[in-house]
Amino acid sequence: MADEAKGGALEFHPMDQFIVEPLFGGDTIHWYTPTNVTLWMFLTVLAITAMLVLGTRGRAIVPSRAQSVAELAYGFVYKMVEDVAGKDAVKFFPYIFTLFLFIIFANFLGLIPMAFTTTSHIAVTAVMALAVFLTVTVVGFVKNGASFLSLFWVSSAPAAIRPVLAVIEVISYFVRPVSHSVRLAGAMMAGHAVVKVFAGFAAIAAIAPLSIVAVVAIYGLEVLVSAIQAYVFTILTCVYLKDALHPHH
Amino acid sequence: MEGDIANMGQFIGAGLAAIGSGAAAIGVGHVAGNFLAGALRNPSAAPGQTATLFIGIAFAEALGIFAFLVALLLMFAV
Amino acid sequence: MATETPGGEEAATGLPQLDFSTFPNQIFWLVVTLVAIYFILQRVALPRIAGVLAERAGTITNDIATAEELKLKAQEAEAAYDKALADARAEAQRIAAEARAEIQGELDDALAKADAQIAAKAAESEAKIADIRAGALDAIRAVSNDAAAEIAGAMGAEASADEIAAAVAERMKG
Repeated sequence: MADEAKGGALEFHPMDQFIVEPLFGGDTIHWYTPTNVTLWMFLTVLAITAMLVLGTRGRAIVPSRAQSVAELAYGFVYKMVEDVAGKDAVKFFPYIFTLFLFIIFANFLGLIPMAFTTTSHIAVTAVMALAVFLTVTVVGFVKNGASFLSLFWVSSAPAAIRPVLAVIEVISYFVRPVSHSVRLAGAMMAGHAVVKVFAGFAAIAAIAPLSIVAVVAIYGLEVLVSAIQAYVFTILTCVYLKDALHPHH
Repeated sequence: MEGDIANMGQFIGAGLAAIGSGAAAIGVGHVAGNFLAGALRNPSAAPGQTATLFIGIAFAEALGIFAFLVALLLMFAV
Repeated sequence: MATETPGGEEAATGLPQLDFSTFPNQIFWLVVTLVAIYFILQRVALPRIAGVLAERAGTITNDIATAEELKLKAQEAEAAYDKALADARAEAQRIAAEARAEIQGELDDALAKADAQIAAKAAESEAKIADIRAGALDAIRAVSNDAAAEIAGAMGAEASADEIAAAVAERMKG
């Protein structure tokens, strides 16, 4: 629909980069079909393995470059979990670290030209956000029992408006997985689409230099956004986890 | 003709929804600016609050991304 | 979402993200990926990094303890050195004082001897001078007596030798 309107000499297909395609031909995509999703997720696993397993191969007291990057990532997320979610959240650290590594590596791998950004798909981010949401809810009820519901009952507010606040709190609680997933997917999709749109303008010779400069600038912004979105997803996971472990404000 | 009007409505709606992105930009700027103002008053307390800063930015930005999503849905999915 | 197209081939007209036919595929591979990452982390990476970090913390603690020990040792050594230095200095002062006293004694002896010699020489010389002076006075007295007797004789006056000698002695006193 959009293409009909633009048409002509300028060919904009900013969303084509997000199409899921079977890797080895064929039209139908079954749940087990190896697709470009599979390829880029596999590359993500490969990159994580390279950094965290091959990088720390030396187990050196004085770390090599790769090892210190791995240790930095470990320390960064560990400290985040400890500071934001509390000391008793440390046993969830492997899960949170898994999410963080997957998101940041998928984001950065998606920045490679011609790459497929797995985290730009709402299906991917929604699964992660829902997993976090369900885990947090289950942990909250298991740890605190019914007193977990006090999360919605703001005891510091005047009694009259507490029911209203409770409704708002419940709604905001259930909107969490939506905003959690849409934020990441939306930021990734928007950035990549904008890069593509600016790249499409390069077809016009007169504004090609400008468009290339713009692509470079947006690309730089995207590098920043990739890291920040991974950080934000992780820290929000920690915040939700803190709510589950300590629901009393 | 009917389709054209429907298309026009889609595009106008998408454009209006995109205003939300600008509004979110104002919100993010507000968060970051206020953080900076506070950080300059009390620099020693600033490092402990960067997590809060990013959470605030994330919440402000999420709403802008919702607006962007609405625009995209109007453009491509409706 | 009315125009949403099933299958990937015509997805350009719709949002690929909302192509629900690809959701099972993505979700399946995502779960596989996350599980794979989780096991890689859990089995290999995290124990290894945690081990390295713990080992490093241990090494650093040990090194700091060793450094502390060495510092104490160094301080002890410094104290011993200072003490030795102070001892040596005191010894040197003592030796210097002894030497000074010895030299002083010798010097005093030599001075006393020299003083005695000088005193002896001076007394001898004094005696000689007294002798010479006495000799000279006697000679002058004799010459004066003689000269006075002669003068008195020549003047025709009579005077005994004793009177003359008394007169001369009287004059010589004045």
